[in-house]
Amino acid sequence: MQKTLEKIGASTISVLEDAGRTFNLLLLVIWHLLQPPYKFYPIIRQIYFIGARSLTLIIISGITIGMVLGLQFYSILERFGSVNLLGSGVALSVIRELGPVMTALMVVGRAGSSMTAELGIMRTSEQVDAMECMAISPDKFLVAPKVIAGMLSVPLLTAVFDFVALLGGYFVGVFMFNVAEGSYMNGMIDAVVWSDVRLGLIKSIFFGVLFSLICCSKGYYMHLGKAGSLGAEGVSFVTTDAVVLSSIAILFSDFLIGSLLQ
Amino acid sequence: MTDPYVQAHSTAISVRDLVVNYGERNILNGINLEIPAGQIMVIMGGSGVGKSTLLRCILGLKKPTAGSIHMLGTDITTASTREMYRIRKKMGVAFQGGALFSSMSVAENIQLPLREHTQLDEKTIQIMTRIKLDMVNMLPHEHLMPAELSGGMIKRTALARAIIMDPKLLFFDEPSAGLDPITSADLDALIIMLKTIMNMTIVVVTHELESALKIADHIAILGDGRVLETGTPQQIRLSQTTAVQNMLNRKPRETVVDPEAHLKLLVGNNY
Repeated sequence: MQKTLEKIGASTISVLEDAGRTFNLLLLVIWHLLQPPYKFYPIIRQIYFIGARSLTLIIISGITIGMVLGLQFYSILERFGSVNLLGSGVALSVIRELGPVMTALMVVGRAGSSMTAELGIMRTSEQVDAMECMAISPDKFLVAPKVIAGMLSVPLLTAVFDFVALLGGYFVGVFMFNVAEGSYMNGMIDAVVWSDVRLGLIKSIFFGVLFSLICCSKGYYMHLGKAGSLGAEGVSFVTTDAVVLSSIAILFSDFLIGSLLQ
Repeated sequence: MTDPYVQAHSTAISVRDLVVNYGERNILNGINLEIPAGQIMVIMGGSGVGKSTLLRCILGLKKPTAGSIHMLGTDITTASTREMYRIRKKMGVAFQGGALFSSMSVAENIQLPLREHTQLDEKTIQIMTRIKLDMVNMLPHEHLMPAELSGGMIKRTALARAIIMDPKLLFFDEPSAGLDPITSADLDALIIMLKTIMNMTIVVVTHELESALKIADHIAILGDGRVLETGTPQQIRLSQTTAVQNMLNRKPRETVVDPEAHLKLLVGNNY
């Protein structure tokens, strides 16, 4: 019994420590954002890595999800004789919900994991220490550009995801099930209002900051946890941890933001 | 008691009563060390005696459990991040594994401190990079990536990066480890040249006896978490301390084994 309690206590402390470090990293990033000189090249490089190099994945997953949505919505709406609502159904689901969440989850899998692995390897091979010894702040040089790029890239990728998902839904509705094009388009335009777009935008910005902070924190502070003494195995451990934690955090915060801004 | 040799020189780094514990394990137990300015101090000792821990404390990468470290007049154990960065701009470090940034070429690695801390124009940065690369015989390899370098080339690049800002203090962690005798000798010659030409205070952590005796102005030998002996290479050679003599003569540890107790240690109480 005592051992079980000890384990629960140790896990709780570890989770709280992790959360504290991630929050600390957020404060450091904000602090560095306020400190000149500003260097844009590292941010652009990270936007290229997180954003541009995720584009193919986002386009493929966006089209697929849009088509699946079109298919599912059509089969449900057909039962009630409301297929003219197909456009609005697909558009609202994508713009309010699926666009930001799916984009963020895809980016976590592709870019988040490599952020953690990169920082973890830099930590184990003393590259972070070397940077400290050169009087270069590693959190400014390594972490801040990644978080800023995450914050900017995810909304942009979400916009691309939304666009191609709507195209996918349109293709299924109009070309496969012969829904009237005007009905599909008008339904979509009439149903979506600014608050839906705003909700999607807020979510995607929040998810961008959230995943990049969690992934950076896991790699950057790797040496402070158990994984720190495990070398390469430790890097793989924190990378898996970062992806799982980021995904859960995105899904949970999606619910929270949705509830607050409904 | 302060060494007369040290008294003759001003002190660049002063370590006082340094204690470092990892959890319940005691690594350093009251280290006192004076590192004279403009000299080469070699910190020696067997594996696991805490040489690298001491170096990490001196570099400000590890907070000691107790004690103080004064570097260029500032106690770095209580210094703020800003003060620490001010001091670090005056020092260069060549890590054991090189710690080169894998996404940057040899030249980019070396240029990083210049780009971050100076407003020099591109042409000057290129010239300074080439001068330092030439000093370490790495000029023909400036466009290579760290993954394409041999162990010796990595160490030389790390050294070039450490000296790019012309630091007052230069630190080496195991510079000869894993190198062939000729490359190792080259590196030793380079360290001596840096002291002579650039008047740097150099701290070398190593367990390579031959290299240490060759380059050192002053040697500190660590053991059992404390400084066993300090002095010039000549004084160290004449030391009467058993642990120091064992080290100099490469004598294996003498351990008295009680067979009964040792068997118990191996198989527990089940025999």
